Amino acid sequence: MYGKGLRTLSLASSLLLTAAFGLVFFYAPNDADQGFVQKIFYLHVPMAIVALGGFVAGGVMAIAHLRTRDRRWDMRSYVAIHLSLVLAVGVLVTGSIWARAAWGHWWVWNEPMLVSFLIIFLLYACYQPLRFSIEDPERQARYASVFAVIAGAFVPLNFLAVRLAQAYTHPRVLGTTGGNMPGSMRLTGLVALIGMVALFVTLWKYEMTSKHAGQQLGALRRKLAGDEEILPAGPSATPTATLPARPEA
Amino acid sequence: MPALPLDEAGKYVAGAYVVFIALVGIYVAIMAAKLARIERELGELNELVDRRVAASPRSGASHE
Repeated sequence: MYGKGLRTLSLASSLLLTAAFGLVFFYAPNDADQGFVQKIFYLHVPMAIVALGGFVAGGVMAIAHLRTRDRRWDMRSYVAIHLSLVLAVGVLVTGSIWARAAWGHWWVWNEPMLVSFLIIFLLYACYQPLRFSIEDPERQARYASVFAVIAGAFVPLNFLAVRLAQAYTHPRVLGTTGGNMPGSMRLTGLVALIGMVALFVTLWKYEMTSKHAGQQLGALRRKLAGDEEILPAGPSATPTATLPARPEA
Repeated sequence: MPALPLDEAGKYVAGAYVVFIALVGIYVAIMAAKLARIERELGELNELVDRRVAASPRSGASHE
């Protein structure tokens, strides 16, 4: 189901990211102000955009779950948020590395963009503990969806609030003027962003495929358990909180 | 701050890209471990069905 087109998508992601990294180091010029360190932006900024987009997408999928009561949407939302959290770790670490090189500090507490991203990260870090602290699968999915919708709405609001803030020192890479980037830098950034989106979608599909296979295995085990009581009890034998109430079509 | 010289900036840039590759690598490794577990459990179920078919051919035929 979710594995369809995965090979093509994986190849496309690998090619796009390889092309992006090639452009970063062999095509895009060094920044006149920051020099070579600015190359981190081609990784940091697409990762941040995709992570925040993934959080919002998780919220949209959670809305679909709350509207339809279809547990597959909850699973999709969970995987999108989980993957975005992984990318958010990357954003924080690469951002800190850049800050150390550019500002001389690993972290600056009076910089709104950094602190707001940390708040979003910490907010979503609560998602999994909240989710897995509830045993009843129905309630778990519902509460997790409500959390995902509220947190997902907070992401663009937070972004806007930071944009409207006066005292910031964080470089504005994307703006109405295009950040005054030359064409080569803009192209490199765009390819890196498309590559990062492709990577996100690929990993999302990989995890969904894995979860779906685990669910089907659990359903098969339960079917066999109906005939025979003694079955090997593997980790996926017990329906976890993320399993749907009924087997997927 | 003035731009760092290339030899100084290089280690920061390399560090950032290594972090990204390590993150993706760890994620893929965890996914691979999960898939290996599913494969192992599927094998166990397959063996179980085979044993049941061998023990009771008439009831096992319904699973085929």
